[in-house]
Amino acid sequence: MGFTDKHLLGIEPLSPAAISEILDLADSYVDLNRRSNKHSDVLAGLTQINMFFENSTRTQASFELAGKRLGADVMNMAMQASSIKKGETLIDTALTLNAMHPDLLVVRHPQSGAVDLLAQKVNCSVLNAGDGRHEHPTQALLDALTIRRAKGRLHRLSIAICGDIAHSRVARSNIILLGKMENRIRLIAPPTLMPSGIAEFGCEVYEDMHQGLQDVDVVMMLRLQRERMDGGFIPSEREYYHRYGLDAQKLKAAKDDAIVMHPGPMNRGVEIDGDIADDINRSVIQDQVEMGVAVRMAAMDLLARNRKMQMSEGAA
Amino acid sequence: MTIVLLRNARLIDPETGTETDGSLLIENGVIRAVGSAVDTPAKDIKSIDCNGKVLAPGIIDIGVKVCEPGERHKESFKTAGQAAAAGGVTTIVTRPDTLPAIDTPETLEFTRRRANEAAPVNVLTMAALTKGRDGREMTEIGFLLDAGAVGFTDCDRVVTDTKVLTRALSYARSLGALVMGHPQDPGLSKGAAATSGKFASLRGLPAVSPMAERMALDRDIALIEMTGVRYHFDQITTGRALPALRRAKDNGLDITAGTSIHHLTLNEFDVADYRTFFKVKPPLRAEDDRQLIVEAVRDGLIDIICSMHTPQDEESKRLPFEEAASGAVGLETLLPAALRLYHSGDLDLPTLFRALSLNPAKRLGLAAGRLTVGASADLVLFDPDAPFVVDRFKLHSKSKNTPFDGTRMQGKVMRTFVAGREVYEG
Repeated sequence: MGFTDKHLLGIEPLSPAAISEILDLADSYVDLNRRSNKHSDVLAGLTQINMFFENSTRTQASFELAGKRLGADVMNMAMQASSIKKGETLIDTALTLNAMHPDLLVVRHPQSGAVDLLAQKVNCSVLNAGDGRHEHPTQALLDALTIRRAKGRLHRLSIAICGDIAHSRVARSNIILLGKMENRIRLIAPPTLMPSGIAEFGCEVYEDMHQGLQDVDVVMMLRLQRERMDGGFIPSEREYYHRYGLDAQKLKAAKDDAIVMHPGPMNRGVEIDGDIADDINRSVIQDQVEMGVAVRMAAMDLLARNRKMQMSEGAA
Repeated sequence: MTIVLLRNARLIDPETGTETDGSLLIENGVIRAVGSAVDTPAKDIKSIDCNGKVLAPGIIDIGVKVCEPGERHKESFKTAGQAAAAGGVTTIVTRPDTLPAIDTPETLEFTRRRANEAAPVNVLTMAALTKGRDGREMTEIGFLLDAGAVGFTDCDRVVTDTKVLTRALSYARSLGALVMGHPQDPGLSKGAAATSGKFASLRGLPAVSPMAERMALDRDIALIEMTGVRYHFDQITTGRALPALRRAKDNGLDITAGTSIHHLTLNEFDVADYRTFFKVKPPLRAEDDRQLIVEAVRDGLIDIICSMHTPQDEESKRLPFEEAASGAVGLETLLPAALRLYHSGDLDLPTLFRALSLNPAKRLGLAAGRLTVGASADLVLFDPDAPFVVDRFKLHSKSKNTPFDGTRMQGKVMRTFVAGREVYEG
């Protein structure tokens, strides 16, 4: 079975075949995006609303561009400045928007499960652009596409995910996706930034960078959120950089052809050394951004197809 | 005065731990005779054939939230009383976490008056241990006792200042008052919506280690030992807390412990896709913990099962999981949910009613909770096998936040008696 769902709320419900289907289609959109005429009209006539309850520049731009390249009418709503401030509940906001007949809602929300809740209340397709510490499915898919293109495969790789895993939805979605595709996953973080019970996900857990990075094919760094500093999760930025920041010395433990990834935005000198981030032989960080647009185009294209299918089935 | 004979019943006596077939005679609201051979007086009696169904002492539910004063749209004494009667609960012991908190004799008198006017079952009230439940100054424990408070608790707010708590406990001890505490370390549990572990990590929810319960339990036990107060832990929900509880009881401290029906019959995975009706305080635990708690009820280490009835309106539950209010209604589903443990073979009926009726009566010094001559005729007659599907909109409570909506259950209440008076017939 490929990808037949109405919504894309997380990686958890997806089958490996569904993941591959999205990535295969995304590959073709990478080609489209590299042409001078980047326009397709598979979403022509459809309305896409981007609802971001949490600040975002990069992800929102990526979704907006993806929708526009596919011919959708795209509207951005900065929810932080709007009715939420007036005390409207999430469900009321959803019902209000639903009455405007959008075809696709792209939603980011600071609380885990909020996008699931919203999806239960609307008729259109909902795409999770990140909910709390829960999931960020398009990020995991774009990471998967980047790895597949760089390594030629997406299975039996040794992949290290390093940094603030406890607070990261990117880490969760990646752990689930890479696990489904049968990779070996290593998690590296100080114990204060490691979620409990994580070993039960089938991951190897390390507290030491040198040990954790030994012979890995892929190094995924996570952003250290500055607000964590106040929470006392780590003693200081400089100690964190010393023990968990990726530099040339630590990267030596990985395979010679290991790639370095980061979901951005980066804190240079906190979790990653600037030279590593800019090393065109190791860093695929810019590729990730490029794959992001393609993956989002593929996901939205498939959601629109699934919806059309369901509506015609409903009519028949 | 009316005399009622309940004949052909399966009698559950938690005091002797026995089940016998027989009859029970009620006169003047009190059990006059009970057993396989009951002499019936010649004069007019009302005789009810129980058809071999179960007759047990009515449930005494410690820790029920009735939202008066302050939030009567969520639950009133009338609706809570009706829900209790329909659930075989003959005495509810209310919590003071209302708006405002029940922390003065005046507010207590208001609730006592409202309860007596509106509720068909017995209502006993607890008062706050500290003013405003703020953990800074003790309430007028003496006056509140005189006004009828049966216990003192700040509910889910833990008094963090141990000096304040020690003074309140010592003062309560001098008056023989019962204090109820919520064992949960406030630092570790701050902001938590789930129990830490695989499930919380998968769902990305802020979580609390089960150790927070043992930490708070250990602290409170030390203070109980120091002050000699009579103390009840509202909910023990983790296996790790049990050895400390065992030691404290063995050391002769005047301690009892309760647990909620939700922690006995549900686990963390029931939350599934962020179902907020399963958000309770403390959060649902791992299955291993649930099983250990069931065992502790069987052994008698945990004395009391309660519903922790906490009404919440739809608005406060229709929110993202972290933001949603905690708590579940439970008065009406307490008995059928508890019967799950009977049907699964974990607990027999006398053991179940020891925790539901006898032990709470003993702890509160009530002449109820048992089927003995002279005890108050607070009784429930039910069919333990009758199947039904829970429909939350049919509950008597004003709030419909039950985690059991749509669940298949067994055990229907047929009649409920309070002091010999029939208050419910199903």
